[in-house]
Amino acid sequence: MSAIRAEGLTKRFGDVTAVDQLSLEVAEGEIFGLVGPDGAGKTTTMRLLTGIMDASSGDGWVFGRSVIRESEAIKDDIGYMSQRFGLYHDLTVLENIRFYADIYGVPRRQCEQKIDELLELSNLAPFKDRRAGNLSGGMKQKLGLSCALIHTPRVLFLDEPTNGVDPLYRREFWRILYQLQRQKVTVFVSTAYLDEAERCFRVGFLHEGKLIACDTPANIKKLLNGQVLELRFSNARQAAALLREDRPESSVGLFGDRVHMLTQDPERDLNQARSVVAKSHLELLSSRVIDPGLEDVFISVLKKDAGGTHAFE
Amino acid sequence: MNLRRLAAVAKKECLHILRDPRSLYISIALPMMLLLLYGYALTLDVDRVPMVIWDQSETTESRELISRFTGSRYFTAQSFVSSYKEIEHSIDTRQALAALIIPTEFAQLLGGGEPTPVQLIVDGTDANTATLALGYAQVVALIYSQEIILQKVRQLRGQVLTVPLDVRARAWFNPDLESKNYIIPGLIAVIMMVISALLTSLTVAREWETGTMEQLISTPVKGPELITGKLIPYIFLGLLDVLLAVLMGEYLFHVPLRGNVALLFTMATVFLAGSMSLGMMISIVTKSQMVASQAAIVVTFLPSFLLSGFIFAISNMPTVIQWGTYLIPARYFITLLKGIYLKGIGLEVLALEAVLLVLFGVIVVLLANYKFKRKLV
Repeated sequence: MSAIRAEGLTKRFGDVTAVDQLSLEVAEGEIFGLVGPDGAGKTTTMRLLTGIMDASSGDGWVFGRSVIRESEAIKDDIGYMSQRFGLYHDLTVLENIRFYADIYGVPRRQCEQKIDELLELSNLAPFKDRRAGNLSGGMKQKLGLSCALIHTPRVLFLDEPTNGVDPLYRREFWRILYQLQRQKVTVFVSTAYLDEAERCFRVGFLHEGKLIACDTPANIKKLLNGQVLELRFSNARQAAALLREDRPESSVGLFGDRVHMLTQDPERDLNQARSVVAKSHLELLSSRVIDPGLEDVFISVLKKDAGGTHAFE
Repeated sequence: MNLRRLAAVAKKECLHILRDPRSLYISIALPMMLLLLYGYALTLDVDRVPMVIWDQSETTESRELISRFTGSRYFTAQSFVSSYKEIEHSIDTRQALAALIIPTEFAQLLGGGEPTPVQLIVDGTDANTATLALGYAQVVALIYSQEIILQKVRQLRGQVLTVPLDVRARAWFNPDLESKNYIIPGLIAVIMMVISALLTSLTVAREWETGTMEQLISTPVKGPELITGKLIPYIFLGLLDVLLAVLMGEYLFHVPLRGNVALLFTMATVFLAGSMSLGMMISIVTKSQMVASQAAIVVTFLPSFLLSGFIFAISNMPTVIQWGTYLIPARYFITLLKGIYLKGIGLEVLALEAVLLVLFGVIVVLLANYKFKRKLV
């Protein structure tokens, strides 16, 4: 039995369809990443699958129980961490965790042990008497995670848990997720960071409410039709703009100080790029053909959606 | 209803209250302030009406009449004047609310047994005070006239006459007819109605606004556990307020508490449960602290003030409005409080009010639970 399953899950707000005919399946013990730009419908999908929002049509199941008809029954199986910090700022770390332990009815004998375990896992033990409102962003997220884990759920839903958190905490957060996965906890995590998506076992790419790709990161990258040319220029931003202007139909992405270009023929496109930027007195510092990242794939998908060349086969 | 979850919610809510100075201020300082303010300002007694006197007669008889006025506790002589212009000025500037004018021929007319005119002017802009002042003045004048007649009869016939009717009026439960004695118990009800609804109107809305509700509804906690758990600490807080108000009534306003204190607090608990559930329901429906607190004040303050029989007698209202007053819980609580406070009566008389108060509480609690949905829309 799959941990999470959705069939034609749809949510409409008036004329807007936030989630459109979403179908997916997540196996037990998997870390599944839901990625997509802001407004793609990630949060709504999370809310539908946790049973805290009713779908307009379709259905979802958590361990075989419907999120619509049995939304109460699934609550003991799931841990949910909403996108906004959902804990009490005026309560201490320990008070917040204890509150959720009581709410979930964690047996008192196991309670203290479980709390110690979670404080250790999240490295929050030294801060256990600090008010949640005085924690840093990263610590708040770890506290949120601890509260969502207090009842040892089988499935964990995390809505953009690392949004706005510094890279060090993000890395620590993912270390914790892997540790949970080893304990057979299924993790369903949404993120706007594609480097995080690469860490997932499988990834679903959500765009305007539709799931347009769903596979392992490696397989998703294979969907890319062509190669990725990585170019370094004296002024990457200006160069990217020039290249986009020159070839509006192709997919050109800016990655820090590098420009990624999707190409069928690296040699020809490299020469052309060189001549385009030379007109504006920009210098091509280096170039190489690289393995595509998820970001390259998604940029090309969005490009295709906007009417460009078909990157997908 | 799971007791552990209920206790967890109640405990958490206690911590919120204790750690938020704003909620403590609203719940303790505000009601005390209101009680002081209204307790002292809202008096319907007309006492020591400032009066200017124009004594044109300046005789023993006129001075006797003046002393009858100033000797009563209802009038004080503000000043003596000698023209209508001065009287007008005094009343315009509100230095005086009444003026007494005794004509030059006062003593002669009185001595001659003629009807003797005396003029009394009152400031009619305050109709309530004016009516009362006129009434007092007439009584003062009447008693004085009566004494003069009796004296004359004695002189003529040499025998002591008595007034045929001797009305001995007694105001039961409030012998001195002090308005504070019925205003303070009513005021406690009105203030508690507003404060309790205001306090709870913030709780559920705050959880929606800060996003903690989204987290909560993903857990197995049930609506009734959440609502009841939130109510419990607030009811204790409300009872603390009632205790403080009763103490203020006793030691500051000296309102006699003749009835059973335990009954008073039992009824207060029932009343608080109802009004706090009302606040909670407003919070649940509006989901916004701003809107909820405004709505809570509007829904509770004016109806409790105007339509509860607090100051204005319900029996004087148009029938339709009289029916409307049954919807206002303060109406029952005020009747209960006045009964317990002043009459010292118990449930043997007040059973109907008590039952209706319980009924109100039950209906509002059920409605609040019905309105609370553990779903995002």
